[in-house]
Amino acid sequence: MTNSINELIDSDVIFITGSNTTESHPVIGAKIRQAKKKGAKIIVAEPRKIDMVEDADVFLQITPGTNIALYNGIMSCIISEGLEAAEYIKERTENYDALVATVADFTPEVAAEICGIDAEDIKTAARMYAEGAKGAIVYCMGVTQHSSGTEGVMSLANLALLCGNIGIESGGINPLRGQNNVQGACDMGGLPGTYPGYQKVTEPAVKEKFEKAWGVELSDKVGLTLTEIVGKAGHGEIKVLYIMGENPMVSDPDLAHVEEALKNTEFLVVQDIFLTETAQLADVVLPAATFAEKNGTFSNTERRVQMVRKAIEPVGQCKPDWEILMDLLNKLGIEKTYASPEEIFTEISSVTPSYGGITYGRLEELGGLQWPCPTADHAGTKFLHSGKCARGLGLFKPAVFKPSAEVPCADFPLVMTTGRVLYHYHTRTMTGKVDGLNAMCPESFVEINPDAARKLSIVEGDKVRVSTRRGQVVVTAKVTPKLKENVIFMPFHFAVGAANTLTNPVLDPIAKIPEYKSCAAKLEKVAWDWSEETDQIK
Amino acid sequence: MSMLNVTVDGQATQVAAGSAILDAANQLGIEIPTLCYLDMEKKFNQQAAACRICVVEVENRRNLAPACATPVMEGMIIKTDTERVHTARKIVVDLMLSDHPLDCLTCEQAGSCVLQDLCYQYGLEQTTFAGQRNDYPEDATNKFYSRNLNKCVACRRCVTVCSNFQNTKAIGFGDRGFNTHPVAPFDRGMDESTCVSCGNCVSVCPTGALLPKSKEKFRSWEISKTETTCSYCGVGCQMNLLTKGNKVVGVEPLNGAANDGLLCVKGKFGFNFINHPDRLTTPLVRKDGQLVEATWDEAYSLIADKVKATKAEFGSEALAGLSSARVTNEENYLFQKMVRAAFGTNSVDHCARL
Repeated sequence: MTNSINELIDSDVIFITGSNTTESHPVIGAKIRQAKKKGAKIIVAEPRKIDMVEDADVFLQITPGTNIALYNGIMSCIISEGLEAAEYIKERTENYDALVATVADFTPEVAAEICGIDAEDIKTAARMYAEGAKGAIVYCMGVTQHSSGTEGVMSLANLALLCGNIGIESGGINPLRGQNNVQGACDMGGLPGTYPGYQKVTEPAVKEKFEKAWGVELSDKVGLTLTEIVGKAGHGEIKVLYIMGENPMVSDPDLAHVEEALKNTEFLVVQDIFLTETAQLADVVLPAATFAEKNGTFSNTERRVQMVRKAIEPVGQCKPDWEILMDLLNKLGIEKTYASPEEIFTEISSVTPSYGGITYGRLEELGGLQWPCPTADHAGTKFLHSGKCARGLGLFKPAVFKPSAEVPCADFPLVMTTGRVLYHYHTRTMTGKVDGLNAMCPESFVEINPDAARKLSIVEGDKVRVSTRRGQVVVTAKVTPKLKENVIFMPFHFAVGAANTLTNPVLDPIAKIPEYKSCAAKLEKVAWDWSEETDQIK
Repeated sequence: MSMLNVTVDGQATQVAAGSAILDAANQLGIEIPTLCYLDMEKKFNQQAAACRICVVEVENRRNLAPACATPVMEGMIIKTDTERVHTARKIVVDLMLSDHPLDCLTCEQAGSCVLQDLCYQYGLEQTTFAGQRNDYPEDATNKFYSRNLNKCVACRRCVTVCSNFQNTKAIGFGDRGFNTHPVAPFDRGMDESTCVSCGNCVSVCPTGALLPKSKEKFRSWEISKTETTCSYCGVGCQMNLLTKGNKVVGVEPLNGAANDGLLCVKGKFGFNFINHPDRLTTPLVRKDGQLVEATWDEAYSLIADKVKATKAEFGSEALAGLSSARVTNEENYLFQKMVRAAFGTNSVDHCARL
């Protein structure tokens, strides 16, 4: 997030897009509702009528995969009505003319046609966002998990710049990160192109710094991304794959392909807290400690580094992940030992400028610090780009709308989208072990619009077969007016009736993110299997 | 910000305009008991001031003032420790006790119950107002917590947190007078309400009226508390893990920078995976197609040998690692260090995109 969570409470207008906030980030959802209470206007652009819509002043129920069309339509309206922040654009941005040229043809009417909504609603949303003095954009995977995901984000950045909302309190563009430490994993260089602190592996000075710090020679070649790694593992090009705390057997697109790839991997190491679907395929499984059994830090979605503290001893022979990794590093010839996570953090601060001023002592004292925090006397950064953008001038990067890689056709007439539910977390490794959560949401399902259901003779609770070009699954139907007639929704948490058996593995060319949020699908009712499922008949 | 001069129990201090009497007393280290007061209610004009436990004497004011909801005024002289204050507080507790079961011996909340503490403080063994009592059936329809309204003292904390902070608005107050009690729509079970089981009402309940459905039996004094960060989504809520022995038995929210005392259903109730019997407890290695138990040394050697041999035969590009968005910064750092420095490749990634 460019800004902090609590700044949202004082925003004048909050534009939520591609985020089912109250289910995926419930406490931020509560904060947005507090903002609404204080008078903020709420705009929601989502394919589903999510809970947050109840609080929305404008709801844009767009077809999955049409984000950029919507954002361009909004910007076109803002520019044509002269609502842009002209002063701000002149002083703090560049390449504005290119944006004007790109969105000129994209009138709200054109956008409305593509998105399947009313042009008047686009205009209302545009005016509302432009007229709020402090406008925050909140987005999540509904924007990024598309073959044009990166451009979707750029497009939102364009919108924020256009209205002077970057670098101000209670404004900004605010991606909500889905996992406790996904921010930290990125910050710490768990990415093929960057060392900790987003320092590029291709930069000779950076490479030299890390070679000196670690005492080894390092590669200056950008590595492979997750989706590429899995692909190459399947072809035998990757012979050793080490997976820590991940479950690609449920989380990755096109699962049949993933299973084949992991089975084909010559040597697979999995380090986790349970014998996950992925661990079952491993050659070596290492038992790790949970967050309750170790010390360390997580970095949250607003860049705040906070302490994780050990409450109990690791169960059985489990070890904290850092101990396991240190042991292996030592066995592989990297001699350095660490007596505690604090010693590792000291090394992190010494090589990561944005974490340079953060220490355990300060975290204990202050409760947390938001990076960038370069020096020991720096108070941390509440919101980014204050005064001017980090790169100098804010760069408009106009994006042209492109349809999803797969659009509905005669064989697959529906658009399928995926997401989370309140009661589960990612692949259910943790939530699947909690009785109450399982009782609230015991199994996979597909949401379908009542009219669409009627035409297919489907009623609530029916078993239905969902198929795409990748495969098919049989799940329970939930009939709900939350969706438009041509759209279906599946949660991605479940290994049985897995949505990712169906999803399209096509990638965004820049971020290499799969297009989870939109693919073409077909729905059919299946007959009851009376012999096996009699206990389930209502 | 303008500062106001006040005197509490003879001690003079200055507080910011807009502060409540309670803030002034806290600043001086003078304890005023509270029950309905919610820390998260930063604006005193939203305080329910429902329980009247925090009443104090204010010079030149006719009636007693609730300290939590009375704004400080210039020159105010406040007395918190007078006969009149004590009598008033004692009657308030006595009235609460008149409609509250005396089952502290078995009540899960014993030891962390505000009503119990107040009875102890004011020396009340039982109520002096014998007579009618409410008799509500227990509502156990929610999967994560149960409601026993016979233990409710109508402090409104649950309704306040649900309506003003969580903003789910699943509950309100029903009936009037002696029968006033928190209700789900149409006074039916919680399962028929819009409740999202965030448990924030449970966390703020001062008595045993709202209790988590726990698998473990424990007394509050057997519990250790550890401040930590939630391990679910990226909001970074701060919370206490409650542990008994080597088991996590509960979670309570803290006033973290991101969550301000709130949690969601997963953070509050989703902790049973930690001590789950299905946890991996020993390294496993594949022998003859089966995963079998092994020692750490065996597992480490197997991995180290394989990594070295593969690197020697096929080069570093034949190795890769997937790090984790669930583990700590320190662990992510070591993981990418292992892949980069020991495997010799930059092919390290994690599920940020998934």
